[in-house]
Parts: sequence; C-alpha cells; structure tokens
Amino acid sequence: MDIILFALRRVATMMLTLLLVSALIFLIINLPPGDYLSNQIAELRSTGQESGVAKAEFLRHEYALDRSLPEQYFIWLGAWPGPHGFSGILQGDFGWSFEFNKPVSEVVGGAIWMTILVNIVAVLFVYMVALPLGVLAAAKSRTWIDYVSSFVGYIGLATPNFLLALILFYYGNKYFDLPIGGLMAPEFEGEPMSFEKIKSVLLHLIVPTFVIGTAGAAAMMQRLRANMLDELNKPYVTTAWAKGVPPVKLLAKYPLRVAFNPFVADIGNLIPSLISGSVLVSVVLGLQTIGPALLAALKSQDQFLAGFILLFVAALTLIGTMVSDMLLVLLDPRIRFGARNR
Amino acid sequence: MSTLPDERYVNSAPYNPDEEALQLDHPEFDAPSWVLIWRRFKKHKLGLISGLFLLLSYLMLPFAGFIAPYTAKERDANHLYAPPQSISFMHEGEFIGPHVYKTIATADLENFRWTYEQDPTQPVKLELFCHASEYRLFGLIKSTRHLFCAPGDATVFLFGSDRLGRDVFSRILYGAQLSLTVGLIGICVSFFLGVGFGSLAGYFGGRTDWAIQRVIEILRSLPELPLWLALSAAVPSHWGPVAVFFMISFILGLLDWPGLARAVRAKFLSLREEDYVQAAEMMGAKPSRIITNHMLPNFSSHLIASAMLSIPAMILGETALSFLGLGLRAPAVSWGVMLNDAQNLAAIEIYPWTAIPMLPIILVVLAFNFLGDGLRDSLDPYQT
Repeated sequence: MDIILFALRRVATMMLTLLLVSALIFLIINLPPGDYLSNQIAELRSTGQESGVAKAEFLRHEYALDRSLPEQYFIWLGAWPGPHGFSGILQGDFGWSFEFNKPVSEVVGGAIWMTILVNIVAVLFVYMVALPLGVLAAAKSRTWIDYVSSFVGYIGLATPNFLLALILFYYGNKYFDLPIGGLMAPEFEGEPMSFEKIKSVLLHLIVPTFVIGTAGAAAMMQRLRANMLDELNKPYVTTAWAKGVPPVKLLAKYPLRVAFNPFVADIGNLIPSLISGSVLVSVVLGLQTIGPALLAALKSQDQFLAGFILLFVAALTLIGTMVSDMLLVLLDPRIRFGARNR
Repeated sequence: MSTLPDERYVNSAPYNPDEEALQLDHPEFDAPSWVLIWRRFKKHKLGLISGLFLLLSYLMLPFAGFIAPYTAKERDANHLYAPPQSISFMHEGEFIGPHVYKTIATADLENFRWTYEQDPTQPVKLELFCHASEYRLFGLIKSTRHLFCAPGDATVFLFGSDRLGRDVFSRILYGAQLSLTVGLIGICVSFFLGVGFGSLAGYFGGRTDWAIQRVIEILRSLPELPLWLALSAAVPSHWGPVAVFFMISFILGLLDWPGLARAVRAKFLSLREEDYVQAAEMMGAKPSRIITNHMLPNFSSHLIASAMLSIPAMILGETALSFLGLGLRAPAVSWGVMLNDAQNLAAIEIYPWTAIPMLPIILVVLAFNFLGDGLRDSLDPYQT
C-alpha cells in the first residue's frame, strides 16, 4: 500500500517538475532575438520578394508568434486558447517545424523510439560492464586486473565522446567489418520488423553503445569498487573467509548486496549524462535519433521542434530517475519512502 | 644518572608526572595544516606529476607565440594537409644538430590530392631563437622571435598541417590559451553560484533551503549537453570571438553549480551547530561575516578539490560545443575548433594527424582528475 502512495506522490512531483522544466525550456528557446519566421520575413524583404512576406506574416499569426511571450508559452503548452482553440503539447499537438515544413510529430516520430532504444541499450551496457568489472577489481584489488580496468575507465572518462566514436567506427569497420553510420542497413529502412532487421540494428548499435556507455560505466565501476572494498574489510567477511565459504558465494551473498545499493541510486545521475552523450554521438555518427534534429532546429531557430525535443529529453531523464527511485525502494527495505530522514 | 647504594641506576632529572599527559598524540600534527596537506599530497605521485604538468601548461600559455614556430593563422598554401615531420639529430650517422628533411610535394592525380615525401638527402638545420612572423607576447608585446623555425622555404610541421596549410602544433599551443582558460572562467562562475546558493540554503535553512533545493534537483535532472547547445545557440552570431568566448565559459559554468551547492549546503548544515559558530552568533556577528570568515575557510580546501574535479567536464564541454559548431567559432583557435577538421571518417583515415588535438585534451583532463583525486585524499591531514 505504502509503495503505491509513494509512487503516486513521486509521479505528481515529476509532473510538477516537468511543468517547471517546460517553462525553463521555453525561455531558453526564446532567448535569441526574433524567431524563424521573422528572420525569414527579413530575408524576403531584403531580397524584394514581397509576396512571400504576406504568407510568412500569415504563418506568424497562425502559430501565435505575434503574441506576448507568456501567452505563447501557454498556447504552446495547450493551457490557453490559440488561434485554433486549445491545441498544444497537452492535447498532443507538438506544433509545426518550419525547417522541415511538416508537423513536429512527423519529424521526430521514428526518432523518438530510436532514442529510447539507444539509451536503454546504453544503460544495460553500463550495468553489464560495470558490475562484473567493479566486483572483480575490488576482489583482486592492486593486481593487473584492477589497474587495467581503471586505466580503461580513465581513458573513457577523458576522451571526448565524439572522437572516440569516430575512431572506434574507423577501426571497427577496418578490423571487425562493423557497419558504418546509421542505425540499420539502408535496405531495412521503412520495412516491417523482422529478425534480419533486428540483427542489423543490433550490429549498428555496437559502437554507439560502447561510446555512450564507457564514461558512465567507468564512473560506476569506480564507485562499486570503492563500496566493495569498504565492505570487504569488515569482520563478517573475515569470518566467512575463516569458515571456508567459497569465494564466489562469499562475494555475491553479502558484500555485493550491501554495495549494490548506491549502484541503483546512481541511475539518476547516470541517465542525464547518457542522454547528453547520445545526442552528441548521434550527431557525429548520423544515427536517426533526435540528436541531429535538435542541432538543426537550434541552429535555425526552429522553435517548436527544438522546444519539443528538449522537453522530450528532459522527460526521458525525469522518468528514468523516477524508475530508479522506485527500484531502490523495492530493492532496499531500509529506505522508508523518504519521509523519515529529515 | 646516579647510582643508588644497591647499584641500580636512576635518572636524576626531575620527574614530572604530567609530562606524559602533556605529550601530543601525534607530534607531527603540530605543523600548520598546509604543511600537513603538502606532506600527504607528496605521497600521491600521480597527483604530483599531474599538478606539475598542469602548472607547466598554464605557465606556457603567455609564451605560446614564442614556442610555436608559426602563428595560428599563418597559411602555407604549398603544404595543405602535410603529414607530421619529425626532428632528428643524426644525419647519415653523423651528429649535425636538430634538423628536419625537406619535403617534396607531388600531385597525386589519381586521388586528387598532394602527397608529400621527405627527401633524405636534404637535411635542413633548424634555427633557434630565429625571426619569423609577428605575434604578441603576453598578448601585448610585439615580437618576431620564435624558439625554433625552419629556414628558407623549408617547413617544420611537427604535427602536420591542416586543410588550409596551418601548422597543427602551433595551433595546439595557441588553442591551449582558450581551451585551458575556458574551464577556469567556467569554474569561477560555478563556484560563485554554488557557494552562494549552497551557503544560503545551508545557513538559513527553512524556506530558502527548500526553494534552492528544488532548483538544484531540477537542474541536476536535466541532461547538460542539450541545454548547453540551446544556450549557446542563443549567443548572437555577430559577436566577436572574445565576447563569444566569455559567453561560452559563462554558459558552461551556469549549469555546473548544483553539485557544488549541494556539497556546500551539507557541510553548512553540520557546521552551523558547531560551538564557534554559535559563539560568533551570540557576539552579534552578521550572517555574511559568519559565513565568509568562520565557516567557508573551514572547508575551502574541499571546495578546491571539487573544483579541480569539475574543470575537466567544462573543457570537454567546450570541445563538444565547438566541435558541433555552436561553441567558439572559426577565427578563434581552440582544441574543439581544431577538431572540427577531423569531423568525418575520411579525415581520420587519410589525414589522421588532424585528430592530434585530442591528445592534449586527454592529457589535461586526466591530469585534472588525478590532481583532484590527490588533493581530495590529502585534504584531511588530521586523519590517521
């Protein structure tokens, strides 16, 4: 029962946060002076194409760009009647992309799912790498396993993501025949889901996942290692050794369970950085996620598109953090729904 | 020493029964704390080396123009995408001092590009403290003296040349001026905001604390890069390079403070209850005085360590932004701007040396990490 109440409260706070975030994002998007259409109008005027100006003026009115900023925000959100009644994010109308000349939902449609896919795979990668390596590095601390894994981790932290991506792509293609660019082989694009298509997508995901996940995995591994080392020095572990408990059981049964806790709690920090990484890597590698669309939209002040993508990215991180909080409560009975620690 | 009648020895010095109680548990702790920190930090070899490396790098910045054989904007139209040349000392088994070999360019009509070959019969001795193109020492004093340069029409491209025939090595030195300072300015902004908000929240508590904590939570839950992108897209395109540079560093710092603010707040919450703070309060000190004179000095060293650890994120952020074309722009030289040239696979394959600016980035980021780790480990010298 408690857990349901906790979940409800958590969802409510998330919604509130998202509302604040949407205002912040709208503000940022509108920081540069002018908008896509007013820039276009100025350009048309200077080249003497008066006929286009009327159309652009019409569009400006159509998308309420001629109103005051707070009004624009609420119309965008769908909490205020625009030129066509209530029609905004809340109603599922994400606006019009001037750059691509189609509705935002059409521009980002497939990309949204690809973004979610890439990030979920990256999270899985981080866990699958960090968990065994972290435990191993702690169990065999101050041996070559420990040094090699922390060295790789440090390199992952220090190399700019985008360059790592390019270099791995080049060598992956040269030596392992990994495919270059995109998320699937071109012949599968627009095809229905099939086993071959899934295989192609997975093959294409290897390098991006590696690049996006390395830094996060490195950080997480270090933390797990430190936690494990703290636990391993405790008397109960010594007792277990003395009693002759087999090493694997000894590690997995008690110290790992205790050290695991911050591991889950850390998803909240991990997800924002993963999403940042995925945006950057997508731009460099030409993955069909929302990254390239965001960059194009920001450069041309295509405000509805940019606004929606930023909001989506923020929502993704908030939902991820919420899921991690819930998992933590389920996993660790010592955490009592946040109310008592004040 | 005196001998008793039964031939036992006894120390004749006066005996003070309190002496043992007066002795310090750890006499080595009686030194000023910075000495203790230094003693401990010295044991952290990696941190020490990193610190030295960073110190040298920053000291080098004003002299970049002197060390670099070329200036950042100097173009050699005859050597586009020339590969790196190495400096050798021995020519045909004979020591003739530092020299390079002349390169001969031939047009490769099959692939439509120039190929450069070194001519092993033509060693060109490098000139030291020679005169070449003009630059400004410290950004002020005009000078034409360079540490080394190639005489005549020979070239010395240690790391090759780029698309426009500019020397990559020289540009890395010039780029360091922006890339290394962007983190410092960013950290100042972030420090100011983080310490300010963190101490307000921690000292006053209550509603102030609540509001600041919500802001921190929101900012921490947002992915940094898309927001950086959005903010730097808002920098007007007609601004000069210097203004853009300051704006970008400001933006980098703007989103970084929540982590610091959180640490400061936690520290303040515990320090607020200490006796000396309450004593100061009762003597009528103002909050601003208590915060800046009594509480902040207590963990300034912690702050420095955490600053060291967040500088690398800013340096990487600047590179990413510039790489994507939304950070520093072309006439400015930074490592990120240079990496713009290595943006595609073709460049990596055919002209791998255009990706060399990656090396200083990795080195500097690693150095800051190790230095930060070392400082953090040595900050609590009173711990045994």
